[in-house]
Amino acid sequence: MENLANIQVIQNIVYIVSSVMFILGIKMLGKEATAVKGNYLSALAMFSAVGITCLSLEIDIKIILAGILLGALIGSLIAIKVKMTAIPEMVALFNGFGGLATFLIAWSQFNEPSNSMFQHVLIMLTIYIGGITFSGSLIAYGKLSEKLKLGKGSMITNIFISFFYLSMPALIYVIAEPSISQFIPQVPSYFLIFLALTLVAGIGFVMPIGGGDMPVVISLLNSLSGIAAAFAGLLLLNNVLIVAGSLVGASGLILTIIMAKAMNRTITNILFVGYASSSQSASSEEQGEVKPITSDDAYLILENASSVLVVPGYGMAVAQAQHVVREMGELLEENGTEVKYGIHPVAGRMPGHMNVLLAEANVSYDLLAEPDDVNPSMDTIDVAIVIGANDVVNPSATEEEGSPIYGMPIIEVHNAKTVFVLKRSMSSGFAGVQNPLFFRDNTRMLFGDAKESIGQIVAEFKD
Amino acid sequence: MEMYVLLGFVLLLSIFLGLELISKVPSTLHTPLMSGANAISGIALVGALMLSSASQMQDVLAFGAILFASINVFGGYLVTNRMLSMFKKK
Repeated sequence: MENLANIQVIQNIVYIVSSVMFILGIKMLGKEATAVKGNYLSALAMFSAVGITCLSLEIDIKIILAGILLGALIGSLIAIKVKMTAIPEMVALFNGFGGLATFLIAWSQFNEPSNSMFQHVLIMLTIYIGGITFSGSLIAYGKLSEKLKLGKGSMITNIFISFFYLSMPALIYVIAEPSISQFIPQVPSYFLIFLALTLVAGIGFVMPIGGGDMPVVISLLNSLSGIAAAFAGLLLLNNVLIVAGSLVGASGLILTIIMAKAMNRTITNILFVGYASSSQSASSEEQGEVKPITSDDAYLILENASSVLVVPGYGMAVAQAQHVVREMGELLEENGTEVKYGIHPVAGRMPGHMNVLLAEANVSYDLLAEPDDVNPSMDTIDVAIVIGANDVVNPSATEEEGSPIYGMPIIEVHNAKTVFVLKRSMSSGFAGVQNPLFFRDNTRMLFGDAKESIGQIVAEFKD
Repeated sequence: MEMYVLLGFVLLLSIFLGLELISKVPSTLHTPLMSGANAISGIALVGALMLSSASQMQDVLAFGAILFASINVFGGYLVTNRMLSMFKKK
């Protein structure tokens, strides 16, 4: 007995040390110079916390080893094999697995005899959040990898949404169930129904949310997985679970808020409303002729430009154009042109998506600038090259009050001397809002696949 | 119950600490931060290891929780590290 108490004391001390390492690790992860070390530190914290937990185990060691080794194998394989363009869906998938783990932990706790009322509430909340994180992340994974095409408005989506709303009273019911069952004979299957409903609800939660809002959803799911872990910690009376889970919950929450702000929308609006469909009325007036341009002409203009701003969007990721973009940037710099990259916080499908792609292509990160850095000096830019971005450069956001995206901070490329827009066709962006930028006098449209178009410009430079 | 109050206090403090720590992060690091935080949420692995082994059902649940949390931990840290190693200043 003495021995067991000692082990618990040691465990708790190590948990506190781990918690401190997690805190320092996540702090270092937020600064460019220390980010790599921060990640190592947090991995070390994880290793210590897991290691010390193994001093007192109830489960058969074979089960544990099998689970950890298999998990390590699968996780490492996915992490090493994944292409950098597939990072958003990978993060979503891992996140879902974390949620599933807490879901199973709470389920196992439910099967324990003699849960107090408070534990019962915690179990149900953990199951709910963990389950929604799991199935929601899977749907986000499907959407990001473009395997799942169903969106808002379809019949199936609406059915799932109904289940999502149904899940909330169900949660209240299962929380109150112990007191209800004192009067009414227990319905044994209610718990299993609740488990299933939770998973279906997660699908209904994420399914109606569209591609351009994905950065918000991913951050939110990330936050939820942390909160689920923190609740599981409360349930198991484990402090490191609480601290680490809360840190993740907080960081996800901050990213969610940053993303929502970058779109000038509230989180509830993104989750439950989506873009207003009134967009057509306001946009139809300012149409005109678009002015197409060929790669040859684009090259001639670029050759004489002294400053160029590249503004990438999701289209660059789809076309896998980041490597040719970097090549073009280097050739321009050799030619004496100043090159910058303007990165909008919600460009792409997850927070910082464009930064990762350009980093993969070896673009130095001090060339990347945020909207606030480039907008004031936009009129000194000779050529702004918009690659597969749309809503984040739409001047309606600053000029047209009736527009659904009015008020969203954008990169104001329309103030540059010349704008090249690389685009496949004239379809509107995710928001479904027509972009008056395309009809401006200083805009030239370079239609076609971004990778090919830029490839041609690069070839001309090399000749 | 006192224990819960104490741990609830830890929970609240940690959330505030997290909000303070991360409120100013350059957008370059948004993805690595998210992915790194995601790896940390694999701390559920510690919770999974604490489960009991009263029946076969409990063993299956514990195995599942350990497996999925491990995927989260290993995959999360490796992807984050891979991503961070790409960020360089020339």
